[in-house]
Amino acid sequence: MTIAEFTPIVFAAALVAGFLGSLTGLGGGVVVTPVLTLFLGVDLRYAIGASLVSVIATSSGAAAAYVRDGYSNIRIGMFLEIATTLGALFGAYLTSKISTGSLSIIFGLILMQAAWQAAHEHKDLKKPVPPDPLGESLKLNSSYDTIEGIQEYKVRRVKAGFALMFGAGTVSGLLGIGSGSLKVVAMDQVMQIPFKVSTATSNFMIGVTAAASAGIYLSRGYVHPGVAMPVMLGVLAGSVVGARYLKRLSVLLLRRIFAIVVGVMAIEMIYSGVKGYL
Amino acid sequence: MSSPRMTDRSIELMVSMLLRTGVLIAGFVVLVGGVYFMIRHGGEQIDYRQFHQTPAEYRIVGQIVAGAIALRARCVIQLGVLLLIATPVARVALCLVGFAMEKDRHYLLITAIVLAVLLYSLISGAAHG
Repeated sequence: MTIAEFTPIVFAAALVAGFLGSLTGLGGGVVVTPVLTLFLGVDLRYAIGASLVSVIATSSGAAAAYVRDGYSNIRIGMFLEIATTLGALFGAYLTSKISTGSLSIIFGLILMQAAWQAAHEHKDLKKPVPPDPLGESLKLNSSYDTIEGIQEYKVRRVKAGFALMFGAGTVSGLLGIGSGSLKVVAMDQVMQIPFKVSTATSNFMIGVTAAASAGIYLSRGYVHPGVAMPVMLGVLAGSVVGARYLKRLSVLLLRRIFAIVVGVMAIEMIYSGVKGYL
Repeated sequence: MSSPRMTDRSIELMVSMLLRTGVLIAGFVVLVGGVYFMIRHGGEQIDYRQFHQTPAEYRIVGQIVAGAIALRARCVIQLGVLLLIATPVARVALCLVGFAMEKDRHYLLITAIVLAVLLYSLISGAAHG
């Protein structure tokens, strides 16, 4: 295959990934890496490097809007970034110690979680947990704009959320994805931050988490310009288009399609990882 | 800044502007490098099936910048990638300044830790290269 053939194909695939990723809120990284490795035969390490770069682009672009509109809580984000950046360093370190086959299997498992999350509508299953005094002393409690007016919220289980964020950072550094779905679980389910604030703050954090491992990936030679260029431009263009169509499309139907596509890719990734050992 | 008083809201607005500008500039540089790359090397065969560590001019910051100045297409793309990685780092640095002006010691410390981890990763990564 020549560069003139490869580049438009990857651009188109990344465009679809960025489009779906922004509509479902799961990000383009989870889709683009399996597409590159399974369908285009790109080495997993190049795919991870390219995906990581595209993650920084899309999350920073989206975060710019969320921060301006006051949905991202910059104090919660900054505090939890201590955990995600340290986790990302650890993850990037692990990548060089783990075989491509095992990486493929771990990726498949994370895809399954993403598929499950996409298939299930978000429900508010808040358990009665008292507000965490740490939330007060760290000034994490805040308010946000809703249809019913300004809503105050208090943060719960700060330590548990912080610990989970280290895990989310590790996955991000290991697989070169934003791991936004794990960040949202930690903030929404564990710390019981309102869903809209959780997703907006997750987006705000993803760029910094990804930047922590991106420097390491770049210097290790995982970021190939010929792969990263069409992936980054495609995912970026797709997410811009996705954000524009968000209100016009049936998101529920899209989420179901996305869940099936990601679920199938999850099985393929696990299969190709296991095959590598046989 | 015309107002001497710094609030969380003014930090948010500056952060939003910085993120947007950073992504736009980085995306533009990658696009320019990409178009140039396609024109110059479009007919060449690719092989991304096998992993080979990329050459130093796509990995080491100084060499990427030197290559981009010499208008080598792939180095221009990598310069865009570098600018993109620098965007969130600059965002953390901007928050550091903001919290310092708010005289918020807790968050000055928290932000300094995050910035230190980021810089450590960039510098240690470069040292391994």
